[in-house]
Amino acid sequence: MSLNSNIPEGPLHEKWDRHKFKLKLVNPANKRKYTVLVVGSGLAGASASASLAELGYNVKTFCMQDSPRRAHSIAAQGGINAAKNYQNDGDSVQRLFYDTIKGGDFRAREANVYRLAQISSNIIDQCVAQGVPFAREYGGLLANRSFGGAQVSRTFYARGQTGQQLLLGAYGALSRQIAAKKVTMFTRRDMLELVLVDGKAKGIITRNLITGEIEKHVGDAVVLATGGYGNVFFLSTNAMACNVSAAMRAYKKGAFFANPCYTQIHPTCIPVHGDYQSKLTLMSESLRNDGRVWVPKNPGDKRKPNEIPDQDRFYFLEEKYPSFGNLVPRDVASRNAKEQCDAGRGVGETGYAVYLDFKEAIARDGEDVIKRKYGNLFAMYEKITADNPYKTPMMIYPASHYAMGGLWVDYNLMSNVPGLFVLGEANFSDHGANRLGASALMQGLADGYFIIPYTIGGYLAGEGSSTVSVTDSAFGEAAAQVEQTMDTLLSIKGKRTCDDIHRELGKILWDYCGMARNDEGLEKAKHLVNDLRKEFWTNVTVPGSKSELNQSLEKAGRVAEFLDFADLLLEDASSRKESCGSHLNEAYQTEENEARRDDENFTYVAAWGYAGKEKKAQLNKEPLVFENVTLSQRSYK
Amino acid sequence: MTKTINLTLKVWRQKNSQAKGNLETYSAKNISTDMSFLEMMDVVNETLILEGKDPITFDHDCREGICGMCGAVVNGRAHGPEKGTTLCQLHMRHFSDGDVVVVEPFRSRAFKVLKDLMVDRSGLDQIIQAGGYVSVNTGGAQDANAIPVPQKIADKAMDAAECIGCGACVASCPNASAMLFVGAKVSQLALLPQGKPEAKERVVSMISKMDELGFGNCSNERECEAECPKNISIENIARLNREFIKAGVK
Repeated sequence: MSLNSNIPEGPLHEKWDRHKFKLKLVNPANKRKYTVLVVGSGLAGASASASLAELGYNVKTFCMQDSPRRAHSIAAQGGINAAKNYQNDGDSVQRLFYDTIKGGDFRAREANVYRLAQISSNIIDQCVAQGVPFAREYGGLLANRSFGGAQVSRTFYARGQTGQQLLLGAYGALSRQIAAKKVTMFTRRDMLELVLVDGKAKGIITRNLITGEIEKHVGDAVVLATGGYGNVFFLSTNAMACNVSAAMRAYKKGAFFANPCYTQIHPTCIPVHGDYQSKLTLMSESLRNDGRVWVPKNPGDKRKPNEIPDQDRFYFLEEKYPSFGNLVPRDVASRNAKEQCDAGRGVGETGYAVYLDFKEAIARDGEDVIKRKYGNLFAMYEKITADNPYKTPMMIYPASHYAMGGLWVDYNLMSNVPGLFVLGEANFSDHGANRLGASALMQGLADGYFIIPYTIGGYLAGEGSSTVSVTDSAFGEAAAQVEQTMDTLLSIKGKRTCDDIHRELGKILWDYCGMARNDEGLEKAKHLVNDLRKEFWTNVTVPGSKSELNQSLEKAGRVAEFLDFADLLLEDASSRKESCGSHLNEAYQTEENEARRDDENFTYVAAWGYAGKEKKAQLNKEPLVFENVTLSQRSYK
Repeated sequence: MTKTINLTLKVWRQKNSQAKGNLETYSAKNISTDMSFLEMMDVVNETLILEGKDPITFDHDCREGICGMCGAVVNGRAHGPEKGTTLCQLHMRHFSDGDVVVVEPFRSRAFKVLKDLMVDRSGLDQIIQAGGYVSVNTGGAQDANAIPVPQKIADKAMDAAECIGCGACVASCPNASAMLFVGAKVSQLALLPQGKPEAKERVVSMISKMDELGFGNCSNERECEAECPKNISIENIARLNREFIKAGVK
């Protein structure tokens, strides 16, 4: 199958303008004849719903929480990038574009990334107009900080809660359209199936999580803004309910899943502290600006950190990477922490943690200065661990954080299934093999506010309004399928809970398909996952019934999809015989243990197609063409 | 240092919004003091599921204190005994071996119990829909630096904007008032230049929606401020009252 990315002709900086002009328009009076179904209410889903409704489309928006304001975009801490160059420090659209392409280790599309950089400025304007209380300087203008190793200050922020404030801005815009009756909001709904009619996306099946009722919804297009799959590892910085089910339902209906092996592991999270642990908490990576990362030099050294003298400490990042030191990119920092713990130098009760020490910074700058910079983070750390980071070093360890991979989309953000659009973290489009800090919020809002409102019109204008109704047989079949799956899950009545199996799945993937991968481990993991899937379908227990509020049943459906997704993740990781960004196969490293790309053979997007139950997914390749940047080896020595 | 404790839980169980509820007793054994309150509940639920019983339903999601989804009344206090803490960030080291812990849903006339500890807080969304936004369409916004906002004002707006919409203020108020919630949003937008053009309509519309939904009025008990996990100040209620009076002056 050939993949058409629909990248417009012309020079890079003119592509988006030319494309907008070429897209067909829907007459303003005709927009009300179209219904768009938006699944998800995070930054991408809420901004898309509001913007489409403002244009005059009828929108139905679905979220699984009790309110659209709860989506996990709300937890983003650091900030949002934009090429405003307010600081006069040499930023530009071109620089943001280049940083993003390079940070992604040259595995993203040039045209998409350039458009993202172009749009970034409009996002800040829009959010300020909505009343988002960004940080400001004394003179009243917007403040910026540098973030994630960028050499310019282009990150806008609202204390440590930038995601919250941006989401509440989008939620406000969405609420206004709900009040105007242009958006119908469906809360506490799980999307359980995508409905295709004549090969085009025309509806979804949802479950009302309160009543258990199965509902059919018809639309002229379906927009998935359902987030990432980081929870496949069970322990991650994602919220508890984040899942891959909607994307997997679309995949099983023919949509391609692109680059699933690009999973970002964030280096500075609070370590796992016991078997009961339900999630991991991120500590902003800004901490690495002043903290020094170390482990005891001698494996098994059980002394308290303050009792270990300097000569018995190993500042591994500073020693290995003298020029970047503790500020190496996320993937490099994460892998090195793992390497030290695997060598027996890890600290804490489990041995899977390294120290992040502020002693020297406090001695140099004073406790006041450190408190002003990181006070809220230190307080959060102390709340969770009961350790005081002013007195004793923090303990940190990497955790699953963000999914660069996702459903394949073209330049219009439409998947290979006509009428199915995918936005935000749920698509694969802009971050390549590794995402830079403060770029996730930018992409979610770019997709929702400034891309989909144009590109969906191009599709709908060509399509005409739908004559499909819920009485169509495709809806009945899809609903029956959903009911049958639930009946099966409820009838197994085995001896293990969903969480128990999900935890085991997470451990397999973390051990064999986490920060470093090798062919042997990946093969082993495939077998383990296969066995675990059998275990799940024969030995899981789900109490209650399907016609009531049943949180265990919701979980079971999600774990079932995570188990299938795990195959895809492992298959993609083992077929990519190179290392790039977040994907490190140990067989492909430079002498300095850095990811070694194979540009000759792997400069492509791996888009996997569903071939049927228990069949191997089929690989489709979209070659990546670089006309504006030169591919280079990253080095942080 | 990690240690374990044993607790007796008395948890509100209610099958659905029509059913009559009651407190059931459970024992939570070998609970690590490093666990969060919700992780302790997970452990209890895992045991219930394996015993073939219905696990306790409760809302939760981010488990880092920002989404506003979790919340219950623990020993009579919304989100439990720690100041400025959501239930998911409350750790078991604040409890002692042998404690009896009573866990109930957020109660208010406007928050219907859906099941066990899960309540319907959609009233808060409806209040926002009544005007808790700036009416600006996507596109056409002027440059973000066109209107300077004094840092002090921006900080005050941010203090108010930190509200996570969990409803603890309503649950802890003897009148079940949502004044702190409404005050926070009205303040954020009334303080910023972008929110001023609609300030009058906004405050009147949001207050009347709040009344219509059955939330009570404020009688200065300050319980909301005491229990707010984000430490939102009742200064915002004062500002709400001022904005409301201003809106009445022609």
